[in-house]
Amino acid sequence: MELFTPDAGLLFWMLLSFGIVFFVLAKWGFPVITRMVDDRKRFIDQSLEAAREANAKLEGIKAESEALLAQAREEQRLILKDAANTRDRIIEEAREKARTEGALMLEEARQQIQHEKENAIRDIRRQTAEMAVEVAEKIMRTNLATERQQMDLVERLLDEVEKN
Amino acid sequence: MNSHTIRTYLLTALLCLAGAWLPLQASSNAVAENKSIDIKEIIFDHIGDAYEWHVATIGDKHISIPLPVIVYSQEKGLNAFLSSHLHHGHSYEGFHIATEGDYKGKVVETLSTGEVKRPMLDLSLTKIAAGIVLNSLLLVTIILCVSRWYRRREASDDAPRGFVGMIEMLIMMVYDGIIKPSVGKDYERYAPYLLTAFFFIFLSNLMGLVPIFPGGANVTGNIAITLVLAICTFLAVNLFGTREYWREVLWPDVPMWMKCPVPLMPVIEIFGLFTKPFALTVRLFANIMAGHSVILALVCIIFVTHSMGALISGSMTVVSVLFTIFMNCLELLVAFIQAYVFTMLSAVFIGMSRVEHHEK
Repeated sequence: MELFTPDAGLLFWMLLSFGIVFFVLAKWGFPVITRMVDDRKRFIDQSLEAAREANAKLEGIKAESEALLAQAREEQRLILKDAANTRDRIIEEAREKARTEGALMLEEARQQIQHEKENAIRDIRRQTAEMAVEVAEKIMRTNLATERQQMDLVERLLDEVEKN
Repeated sequence: MNSHTIRTYLLTALLCLAGAWLPLQASSNAVAENKSIDIKEIIFDHIGDAYEWHVATIGDKHISIPLPVIVYSQEKGLNAFLSSHLHHGHSYEGFHIATEGDYKGKVVETLSTGEVKRPMLDLSLTKIAAGIVLNSLLLVTIILCVSRWYRRREASDDAPRGFVGMIEMLIMMVYDGIIKPSVGKDYERYAPYLLTAFFFIFLSNLMGLVPIFPGGANVTGNIAITLVLAICTFLAVNLFGTREYWREVLWPDVPMWMKCPVPLMPVIEIFGLFTKPFALTVRLFANIMAGHSVILALVCIIFVTHSMGALISGSMTVVSVLFTIFMNCLELLVAFIQAYVFTMLSAVFIGMSRVEHHEK
């Protein structure tokens, strides 16, 4: 059967053509393509890895910033609390001071008033005494012109003192 | 007669639509001359080889591409001329195409003694050889264009789209799907051969399904072509076989009496070395040839029923066209499957020859 006997001419042409095709494609065809696709696969893998790392890093940064924020908030709270305490203390102190100072001033004023009062009393007393003496003198000048009258008066006064 | 011509044209149009071969020369001539046609001859004419590439016949005019005839005869030495010199039984420098006998359809030479003999060597670029060359050129062009695309780009560039993307998809399907798992270690070394074989077979199968000129040559349906491919696989398997592979062939792990006095198993194993490429050869050749034959036979229904009246002829034409379309779709599938199977079996055989010694 002709169909089942390989023809020599066709064998020759097939060997030649296929050999050349194989040589050309094995040298400049398929390896270029498969290498490139492998490279791209590697590149994609690397990119994925990098993306994953970046994501993880981002996650870390996020957590870190959140921690920082929480810390800052805590500090702020503490500072505010401190400030409030200080304010309260200062106000309290001021109030205390004002109170003591006021008391002191009041005391001083009281003392001064006392003093003034005493002075005034003394003054009044002195003036009264002087006036009394003056009045007495004037009276005396008229009534005690005589020795007798003077003596009477002395006597009466002494009595009064004794009665007292 | 006039209505006959019109009908022939109609059938021609239908045939083109059906995407089948154009068995016009044989059939229309047969129809015109005598009512019976020789289907077997038509089919063998189309799946076989020829010294010219017949494109179409319009009316009585044959359009065919002459191809170079290269013959070496002991008497006249090397001769090369165009096949158009041998048209219609013409003789050229003592060579003509035999119309009957053992060498029917082949170039024979008339020796000075009057004896008709086949030349010693016939390296004519026949239809199938021209088909091989065309397919090879096409394949090289396609793959080099695609690899040029890659050469101009970096790995970090975008992946290809369109045609380059499709070829890359096919290449990586064979590379990742067949070569890597089947060959195992050192698969990179065998990848170019297996990829070349796959694409050569696939492209040739597809081109064989195209009914008009650049296609239509029954390349992979010819045993010489599949034989060369199988021999390449045979060489790839056996030239680089490991020690363990040869030990398993020559001294397999079977009871001693099966290999010592009479080397029964080694003989079987060695026989097996040759049945593998033989199976590869016949599988591909038979599948493609059978597919072509079936399509041709289905197309021939039109011409067989031609003389049975308009009704039968018309309805059978519809049936024929539908079946031919179906067969063409099927052959498209077979074109891929056979290329895939050939590559996969080659890869598996190579993988088997790469076995390493393993402790049991």
